Parts: sequence; structure tokens; C-alpha cells
Amino acid sequence: MKILVSAKRVSDPNAKLAISGDGKWVEGDVEYVMNYFCENAIECALALAEEHGDVETVALGVGESDETGRFVRQGALARGIDRGIVVSADEAIIDSDLIARVYQKIVEKESPDLVLIGKQSVDGDSNQVGQLLAEYLDWPQATFASKVEIKGDQIEVTREVDGGLEVVALSMPCVITADLRLNEPRFASLAGIMKAKKKPLDEYELDDLDLGDAAPKVRIAKMTTPSGRKAGVLVKDVDDLVAKLRGEARVI
Amino acid sequence: MSKILVIADHDNVAAKKITLNTIDFAKQLIAKKGGSFDIAVIGNGCGSAAAGLTGYGAGAVHVVEHADLAHPLAQGFAKVVADLAKSIGADVVAMSASSLGKDAMPRVAVRLQAGMASDVIGIVDAGGAVAFRRPMWAGNLVGDVVIDTAVQVVTVRSSAFDAIAASGGASPVQSFAADPGASRAKFVRFEGTQSSRPDLTEAAVVVAGGRGLKDRFGPITEPLADLLGGAIGASRAAVDDGFAPNDYQIGQTGKVVAPQLYFAIAISGAVQHLAGMKNSKTIVAINKNADEPIFKVADYGLVADAFTAVPELVSKIKAVRS
Ligand SMILES: Cc1cc2nc3c(=O)[nH]c(=O)nc-3n(C[C@H](O)[C@H](O)[C@H](O)COP(=O)(O)OP(=O)(O)OC[C@H]3O[C@@H](n4cnc5c(N)ncnc54)[C@H](O)[C@@H]3O)c2cc1C
Repeated sequence: MKILVSAKRVSDPNAKLAISGDGKWVEGDVEYVMNYFCENAIECALALAEEHGDVETVALGVGESDETGRFVRQGALARGIDRGIVVSADEAIIDSDLIARVYQKIVEKESPDLVLIGKQSVDGDSNQVGQLLAEYLDWPQATFASKVEIKGDQIEVTREVDGGLEVVALSMPCVITADLRLNEPRFASLAGIMKAKKKPLDEYELDDLDLGDAAPKVRIAKMTTPSGRKAGVLVKDVDDLVAKLRGEARVI
Repeated sequence: MSKILVIADHDNVAAKKITLNTIDFAKQLIAKKGGSFDIAVIGNGCGSAAAGLTGYGAGAVHVVEHADLAHPLAQGFAKVVADLAKSIGADVVAMSASSLGKDAMPRVAVRLQAGMASDVIGIVDAGGAVAFRRPMWAGNLVGDVVIDTAVQVVTVRSSAFDAIAASGGASPVQSFAADPGASRAKFVRFEGTQSSRPDLTEAAVVVAGGRGLKDRFGPITEPLADLLGGAIGASRAAVDDGFAPNDYQIGQTGKVVAPQLYFAIAISGAVQHLAGMKNSKTIVAINKNADEPIFKVADYGLVADAFTAVPELVSKIKAVRS
């Protein structure tokens, strides 16, 4: 079995973000971290490989090539993923649709049985790539996975949905998107970090992939910082709170 | 001129209220671009849900029924949506960013060769083009995005639009023959969270609890929620630790709510949590640590131990009301 897993870097959501001069993305000079949901996807791939043996795991990063390569190595290969692929692309311009088409091309080259992708990336927050890819491939999908179990030739996935949990069964090949409660991502060991340096990492340019039309469908015209909420007041005690909620806010 | 197809969220019996927020989105887009909208109710035995949506000014309400759509999965649902959108010549397809909307609408976009904007919170101008405003980086930034394709797909953040009232009239109900096609995905079961309280996304009052409530999450939040007719929500940490079901989670990766009154009880106020509630009308924070970021967004902050303050709050609200 072969698993393709996502490894995307994102600007650290806890860092102070500045909008770039053209207003269309954030300034690049910030700390990056591995997208949290990709960490869950990577952990899931590693756990399935350990449980079932004879599984090849491949991580794919799409973005600025040197940095993305570093993240694929440190965040995926050092944790135990067998090899990596980097597709070089301008992160400020590429949209979910084009990323999904890049994945499609890599899937066509690699023929994985399972593609595991983080359910969303915590910069753009679009929550689209896994679903777009599944449709491009005409494969079944299970998004927002909190549990993944291989049962014979089926994969049973528990999904976090409105109103509770939904369990679906998929046959492979298929796409699964990882939610945060899927697992606790492991840390890379020192041995893992050393090994990762020697693991293969293939690099492609968008032009190498035969995408046909490589134009994004969606573009950011302008980004802004929303006006924040003003802090209110501290109340003295519960009586004061009740008085304010009743008298001032008129909500109880 | 636009022809918008609104995909209803419903439970087959009746439309969910968030459908009305999506209709509001459609009406606002029509106010900018001109045009009209239809509604699709896709499910199995969902005629009554469709009948409930005839009074909102839609050109038609399409009922799309199939046994495989009783528990819709993304692949078949998306095919049916795309087939209907093509047959009526829709150039915008919109559904709320519910879990089904998030799951299926990207697949619809591929089928219609459309670009897609997720979680739209507003419609704005961008140099002559219509742009969709959407939160990014957990709502710390917003982006105005332009979709450059002829057909456009969006999911709508319901808390940013009004649940509009019926406008009268009687849209014709039409049935559309659904063919969800084959799929290698099968529905196995649904494990629902039992609750007699209002839906989180529809409630006027939300009582949310955090990790600090520990195994007394229920005993602390429930009496206050029930007294105020509210829904119960939770931080991710409270869900992770098993004090509340996943469906209660509010935030960047949970539900987004904007009630009249929001209680954040023993919640620290991480950006990912604020992303789901900071547009609430009135925010009350109860936390024993005065330095927590939740107090920066709260209208009323009470520095106190929740285990004593919340029961006291319940009895004092009862007292002033009687
Ligand atoms: C990718 C990603 C997505 C995330 N998505 C979400 C999301 O959607 N929603 C979400 O909520 N979080 C989300 N998080 C997690 C978020 O970062 C915080 O970890 C989480 O919100 C913390 O929950 P909490 O406030 O309950 O817990 P803590 O931060 O541990 O805070 C507990 C609070 O309880 C207070 N407290 C303790 N005991 C008492 C008492 N007896 N009385 C009063 N106060 C008390 C403490 O002072 C503290 O403020 C996400 C994180 C990541 C990385």
C-alpha cells in the first residue's frame, strides 16, 4: 500500500502578521510552522504504516521550494515518512484549485491507494483541497476524520460533523482529510532527523507537471485587518453582573 | 444578471434556519449584480422542507429526492447539485458552511469548472468586480477574493448574514430527477449528540465552557443554558478532554456563532476560540485568572471561580426575574 500525505508550511498563527505592500498576502518575513492538520495527516500515515507494514509513505509539499523542502524534511521525513516531493509554487498566488490539480498530477505519477490531507490550512482557512482533489480523481472522500481504521479492503472513517459523528466506509483508492482529534502528532527523534537528511526528495516546477492551464481561479484582491472588539468592563461580583446584563445590556 | 442556486440545509422534515442566512446572501448578491435565485432541497422524503421554503421569493424551489440521499455523502450530493445547477443555468451556487456544505461544495466547484470561496462573510466591490469577503488566519485577517470563472461556488458563514423573514409569494415547487451516481463510499452510521436545547448556530444565548470546568462541565453549564433557553458550546480543550461532545466546539475549526449573549466560562480566549464567537453581541467572561485574553473581547468580565460564580448567577437571575 502507498500513502500520499500533505506537508504544508504556514505562517505561525500565533505570530504578529503584517499585510504585504500590495495588500494581497502577508509579509513573508515571519516564522513558519507545519500546518497543524498536516501534522495529524502525517501521524495517521505513520500509524497506519506501523500497524499494517508494507506501506510506503510519501509527503507532498507545494510552495516556495527551499522552505517547503525544509518543512517536508523536518516535519514529515524526520518523523518517519519515507520520501518527499516538493512542487515549487508562489504561495501568495496559488489557489486551492491549483493545489488540488498539482496533487492530481502527483497522484497520477505515484498511484497511491490513500491520500491523507489536512482538513484545512490555518493560513487561508479554505478547507477545500482534499475535496477538490477527490472530485478531480473521481474518488470517494471522508473529510474531517477523527478516526481511521483499515478493515479488510475497506477504510472506516469517523467524521466530525454537525450534530455528532458520522461513520463512513470507503474502498481504496480514496481521499481522507484529517481533523485535530485524529491523533497526537509525534515529535521527530534525533535519529529521525539524521535519517531524514538522506531520504529522497524530488522537486518539480509547475511547468513540469503538464497542468494545461496553470492559472488560479480565485485571487485575493485585498486583505485587511478587521477592526478589533473593544474590551468592556470588569464587574465587581455576580450581583453587579446581573445588574449590568439586565439594566445596561438588556439581555436577561 | 445572476442566477443563484441556494442549496438548503435541512433534516428532510424542515429547513434549518441557516438556510435563511444563505438566502439573505443570495438577496444581497442580487442587489449588487441583479438576477434571481432558486432553492434546491436535496434529500429523501424532503417535500415538507421544500414546502416550507416557498415564501422567500425564489424563482422555484427544486425538490431533489433519491434513496441514496437520505444520508447524503459528498460525492453523490455534489453530482446532483452540479447537475441541477447546469440544468437551470446557475452561475452562482451557494450553501452554508455547514459540515455538508464544506464537504460537498468543493466537489461541486470542480464539476462546474468554478472557482470557490469558503466561509463568505460579505459581498464587496474590488475595482469594479464583485468580491467575496472571507476570514483568513483564524479571522485575524480578512481577504476580499475575486473568482475569475464564469460559474462561482461559495459557502456562506451564516452568522454573518440575517436569517431573513418570509417575503410572501409562492415559489413553484418543481421536482428534479436526481442521479447521485455510483460511489465507493458508504454511509455506515450516525452517532448524534442528544440535546433538547436549540441548535448552537441558531440560539440567541450560548453558554460555552472550557477546560477549567473539568468533569463538572455539564452541571455548571446546563442550568444557566436552560434558564436562558440557550445552547451549550465548548472550547476545543473541553472537547479534547472529553467533557463535551465534538459537536459543541466553537472556533476556527468548530462552529461559528454570533448570538445576542455569549458566556465564556473558564475559557482562556485563544485566537482559535475567538474566531468562532467574537462577533457575538454581548460577551460575558467568567474566569478566575484576570490576565486571560478572553477579557480583551468581553463586554463584561467577572474574575471568579466558575464553580461558585455560575450557580450564584443562576440563582440571582431567577431571583430578579421573579
Ligand atoms: C489548528 C488549531 C485549531 C484550533 N481550533 C480551535 C477551535 O475551533 N476552538 C477552540 O476553542 N480552540 C481551538 N484550538 C485550541 C486553542 O488554541 C486553545 O488551546 C483552546 O481554545 C483552549 O481551551 P480552553 O480555553 O478551554 O483551555 P485553557 O486555555 O486551558 O483555559 C482554561 C481556562 O480556564 C480557567 N479556569 C480554570 N479553572 C477555573 C475555574 N474554576 N473558574 C474559572 N476559570 C477557571 C483558566 O484560568 C483558563 O483561562 C485550536 C488550536 C489549533 C492549533
